[in-house]
Amino acid sequence: MAVVPDAPARSIAPGERRLDLAAVLKEAAIAGLIALALGFFIIGLKTDTVPGGLALKGRWDWVAIAVAVVVAGRLAIALRRQMRPQAASARREEIANRIADGVKTFARYAGPALVVMAVAFPLTPFANRYYVDIATLVLTYIMLGWGLNVVVGLAGLLDLGYVAFYAIGAYSFALLAIHLDWGFWVALPFAGCCAALLGVLLGFPVLRLRGDYLAIVTLAFGEMIRIILLNWYHVTRGPDGLSDIPRPSFFGLEFARSPEEGVETFHTFFGLDYQSLHRIVFLYYVILALALVTNFFTLRIRKLPIGRAWEALREDEIACRSLGINPTNTKLTAFAIGAMFGGFAGAFFATRQGFISPESFTFIESAVILAIVVLGGMGSQIGVVIAAVLLIGGTEVLRELEEFRMLAFGAAMVAIMVWRPRGLLAHRDPTVRLHQAGAGGGSPP
Amino acid sequence: MEYFTQQLINGVTLGSIYGLIAIGYTMVYGIIGMINFAHGDIFMIGAFIALISFLVLGLAGITFVPLALLIVLVVAMMFTSIYGWAVERLAYRPLRGSFRLAPLISAIGMSIFLQNYVQLLQGARVKPLPPVVQGGFTVMERGDFTVIVSYLQIVIVVVTVVLMGAFSMLIARTSLGRAQRACEQDRVMAGLLGINVDRTISLTFVTGAALAAVAGLMFVIYYGVIDFYIGFVAGIKAFTAAVLGGIGSLPGAMLGGILIGLIETFWSAYFTIEYKDVAAFSILVLVLIFRPNGLLGSPEIEKV
Repeated sequence: MAVVPDAPARSIAPGERRLDLAAVLKEAAIAGLIALALGFFIIGLKTDTVPGGLALKGRWDWVAIAVAVVVAGRLAIALRRQMRPQAASARREEIANRIADGVKTFARYAGPALVVMAVAFPLTPFANRYYVDIATLVLTYIMLGWGLNVVVGLAGLLDLGYVAFYAIGAYSFALLAIHLDWGFWVALPFAGCCAALLGVLLGFPVLRLRGDYLAIVTLAFGEMIRIILLNWYHVTRGPDGLSDIPRPSFFGLEFARSPEEGVETFHTFFGLDYQSLHRIVFLYYVILALALVTNFFTLRIRKLPIGRAWEALREDEIACRSLGINPTNTKLTAFAIGAMFGGFAGAFFATRQGFISPESFTFIESAVILAIVVLGGMGSQIGVVIAAVLLIGGTEVLRELEEFRMLAFGAAMVAIMVWRPRGLLAHRDPTVRLHQAGAGGGSPP
Repeated sequence: MEYFTQQLINGVTLGSIYGLIAIGYTMVYGIIGMINFAHGDIFMIGAFIALISFLVLGLAGITFVPLALLIVLVVAMMFTSIYGWAVERLAYRPLRGSFRLAPLISAIGMSIFLQNYVQLLQGARVKPLPPVVQGGFTVMERGDFTVIVSYLQIVIVVVTVVLMGAFSMLIARTSLGRAQRACEQDRVMAGLLGINVDRTISLTFVTGAALAAVAGLMFVIYYGVIDFYIGFVAGIKAFTAAVLGGIGSLPGAMLGGILIGLIETFWSAYFTIEYKDVAAFSILVLVLIFRPNGLLGSPEIEKV
């Protein structure tokens, strides 16, 4: 009995190109039966709320379609596998690797080129409100991804509650701006500091835990923060959220059509006609600058002793401890810095939206940000950009499909993981493994 | 005192449900060392299948309650376990032997997928089910406060205890249980000794999903309403229970489930109901800090 789990048993030996139609049909039939069983209740019988309870409605045509799709898909896969026994997956892997290598080589030149493109983007003629808005959203997620990349990609700490820091940044900024009347640029560092402080407070007790436990504790923290925001009514106004958060100003010049007495606005100062696009473009540049700062910071700190220590800690904690690195402090700095960038992004989110409520900071946000980091290839800065553009931009473009958006998102996460478990652009090659195809759980993180 | 007893009864009932879900987490973690993030959603699907089969039975005219419960139990366990199997086959098996985070991410994706799948196909509104089992005993009575154990609570606790017993036998006595324990200790060696590792892991997911389906059935008859989102919170709490009891330990999962159920019920009864989840999660954090292996877990020695 072969124990190599990821090499599925094949009915014919490699090199033997005989079509075993019976086996293929059997496989497809089994897949169809399973699909029928899966769909029988959930797809086949729809519950409808009617007065006095629930009514059932049969949808057997949908089940038939689902089964047909599964059978056809399975048939195609099985046929393909029989035609080209082994080569297919290996070659696909090789092609993907070559593309990834290519992207990495070009990242050196592509990086600056991308920055130039991003800076020039709002000046191009097709930059209407819709596109700039999407680009701003994508950049927010790129920034969050880069921030989380410090924690997950560099230090190897799995954080499922990153959205907590995003929320703290947003709420602390909003509260400072509303109650103390602080401007965006003054409150921004404070929002980042609050988030970092929270990161230290949360991180201190839990960073001793092993990877998976840390993941679940951070997830619990994320939920706790959300529940507190939801119930601490006299400060956060609970589910009603905080509204009327001031918009950022351009060096004191506001973006408003008809300002209050004595307040100079952006368009009058520069002698332009008022356009609502001005503010949107300005916000775009703000988040671009914030994201670039995050990126620059990460790239530089990687080369400092602390950055090296993070990466070493990710690879082997025991070795690090033997060499005199304090694991708790090192992890704590990564956690705090990641949290700080999350806080900055949160402050930006609050000022952009003008309204925040706990609705915006659910677990799904954490999952999306983590997905961006991991799908892009942990530790890869350019990978985060690609993943954010694909996931956020892609689902944004698919907005007409509204309800199918998150369904596709979940399926894409699974598919990309199955296809390239180390992410689209894995930053480093797998370290040497003792057992090939590591049947044990022993491969390093 | 009466109030306390009533809360104790409610807490144990809720804890039984958590415990059944927690077993799925603990077994999967024990055997392949991953957090099966989609397990909460498997529980949710089990609840939906149970709800729909109740409605089907109602249409078919089967109204004898014990028979209906039994049929729904079997149907829900069967169909939900196919979901468990399919999730493992599609999202986790291709990633076996991959790096540690990959299956977790895949599981999160699966969880999002399943939630939206049910939301799309069954609608986002809450689904009510009229009470199936009614009535109960009066245990204590003083003044105007009576402590009641409903028949439903008895059913839930009895079914849980019976299943736990059956399940412990399965792990301790059958060849499947032996294979499972062997795979838990050393998958490569178990494979070399002729155990079909893939099949064993699949069966672990199947049994976990079947128990989650039972929990789903109980949830639906106990609370009477479900929606597509119940799996998330119940999933985290059940995982908390598994960690609290010591991950990898079956009695631990049950104990942890009961404890979490009790903590949550007492917190809601004596303090604020809004912060009951915070209380449960704080317990998780405290346990992990002071007793990282849980109450009944064995310490793990890190080897270089």
